[in-house]
Parts: sequence; C-alpha cells; structure tokens
Amino acid sequence: MEGEALRLDGNAIAGTLGEMFVQEMTEARIACKGCGNVEPVGAEHAYVQAPGIVLRCSHCDEALLVMTRTAGRHRIWFPRSHWLEMGEPTDS
Amino acid sequence: MARAAVRGRLNWTLGEVVELTDETPRVRTIFLEVPEWPGHRAGQHVDVRLTAEDGYQAQRSYSIASAPEDGRLAITVERLPDGEVSEYLVGELRRGDMLELRGPIGGYFVWEAGSDGPLLLVAGGSGIVPLMSMLRHRRASDGTVGARLLYSSRSWDEVIYRDELERLAAGSNGPEVIHTLTRSQPPGWKGYARRVDGAMLAEAAWATASMPMTFVCGPTSFVESVAGGLVLLGYPSNTVKTERFGPTGG
Repeated sequence: MEGEALRLDGNAIAGTLGEMFVQEMTEARIACKGCGNVEPVGAEHAYVQAPGIVLRCSHCDEALLVMTRTAGRHRIWFPRSHWLEMGEPTDS
Repeated sequence: MARAAVRGRLNWTLGEVVELTDETPRVRTIFLEVPEWPGHRAGQHVDVRLTAEDGYQAQRSYSIASAPEDGRLAITVERLPDGEVSEYLVGELRRGDMLELRGPIGGYFVWEAGSDGPLLLVAGGSGIVPLMSMLRHRRASDGTVGARLLYSSRSWDEVIYRDELERLAAGSNGPEVIHTLTRSQPPGWKGYARRVDGAMLAEAAWATASMPMTFVCGPTSFVESVAGGLVLLGYPSNTVKTERFGPTGG
C-alpha cells in the first residue's frame, strides 16, 4: 500500500506513548533536526504499520522518534530530532 | 474539565456495554459504563483491547462520541471489511459484555467550550465521531461561539447521527450543518453532491479574519486534501488540527 495512505497523526501513537510517559504526549513539542520546525507531537505524521512506530516531521519527513517493543523492553530513539519537551505530569 | 491530579501511566480498565444503537447499516454506537473512568475532553479517544480464548490480543483506537458532560461513555464504530476488531464490535458485541479500555488518550485534537473563535468542523464518513463529541459538548455547555460542520458522506443513508444533527442545527445557537453526498443523493437533493474541494471550502469556511479553530477528521486522503485546501484559503496551519483515520482502522 502507498506510504501516504498509511500516514496517521501523532494522536494515533498517544496510547503507546502513554505506556511510558505519565504526561499527555500529543501536546509535547518536538524539534526537527532536518528543518528546525517545532510542532506538537499530535501534529506530526505517524506510521504505525512498521515493526515499530515511527513519528516523522510533518514539514520535511525526517524520522523524529522511533519506538519498538521486544520481549517486554521498550526502546525509544530520536534519529533526527533535537529535543522533546513536555509539561508537568498532570492530567489536563 | 481541568483536573490537578497526576494521571499516572495509562492503565487498562473494564467497561460494561449498557446499550447498543445502530447508526447506519455499518455503524454502531456502543454505550459503556466505566466505573473507573476519569472523564474526558471532546476529541479524545480510547483504546479497546480484545482477547481471544487462546490469548491472542488485538487493540484499536476509537474516538469518543459522547460529550464530557454525558453520563455514559460512547464510542461509534464502523464495520470495516476484514476488520478483526470492528467486525466483533459491530456484529457480535451484546449488552452486558465487558470491554477492556484504556484512556482517555490525546490532548492535541481537543476542543473546549469557551475557546475563542468560531468552530469549523470538517468530517469525512466516520470522521464525524470526535467532532460530534465537540458539538455535544458545545450544546451541553450552552456554547454560543459559532459552529459550522461540513460533513461528507457517500449517501444519505450513510450519514451517521443524521437525526441528532438535524435537531442540533434546529436548536437555538445550533451549529450550521452542511452535507455533501458523494456517491448517491436522494430525489430532490439540493445540497452538495461531490467530494469536498476548494470551492466548497471557500463557501463553507469562516472568514480567516474571524480566527476560526478548525478540526478535520476522516480518511488520510480526505484529511490531507481538506487541510491543504484550508491553508490555500489562508487558514494558518497551526489553527487546523487533523486526525487521520488511515486507510482502515481494522
């Protein structure tokens, strides 16, 4: 299937992020190393059909955040993002 | 609806199916009593997990249809071809069954009554669900900020929440509801009869000077076409929030 048809929003990975972070993560902001844009996670593009989850920049398509889970271990890495910034861990 | 308590990580909880309503031949609303439900905001979603007798698990995310003010949690599910979860939820689920749930989830695609600016909602098919939560929230809180819904369906029989939308629109301060029917139209239909395009958006959208807040929900191709069209009309991209359903939800 075409990659574009599989594109979702960062909203789609909020549940998985919620397994690891106590903050609501779609409002966390992430800075792209490729183009410098800063957007809420919810506004970026998400691909969930891969073996892991990939969050890509909605402006330049760089891979901002990748998550995998194997044998009960979560791994998150940040191939092309400068930082991920989130608020206090309160229920908003 | 702000609560100060620390939420903690998302945990699974159980909800009991207390009512089922068929919205269209392929779409059903499931009403749930969830004792440990912490409340939600309009536009959020919930994960549903099914476990087979052999231990196989499947999980999907569904938009919440009910308003934060409603007593029961409601999700509206479209039966998708070969959708292992949606087939069960629409076809097999019965009153009294228990569902495993996790949520509410999300905070970006959320609208609060009392927000500034008129509201523009654009829905494709079952993309209406989170937007309906917003319209129900607006009514429950006597919202007066202008609201307009542009809703694309294949046919009149596939319009989800059709009667309730008519009632909402007829009420005082009700939203404007604009339908487009892309595949077939009833005799005498005077509304739009094509896919949402730039010309339709130009007619239906608020003037950019009124600083509208916009939420677009539907299949990926629909959402991207509408969001692109709104940006061409001069809508700042950070005021257009999108939720893509993807090709299928399963």
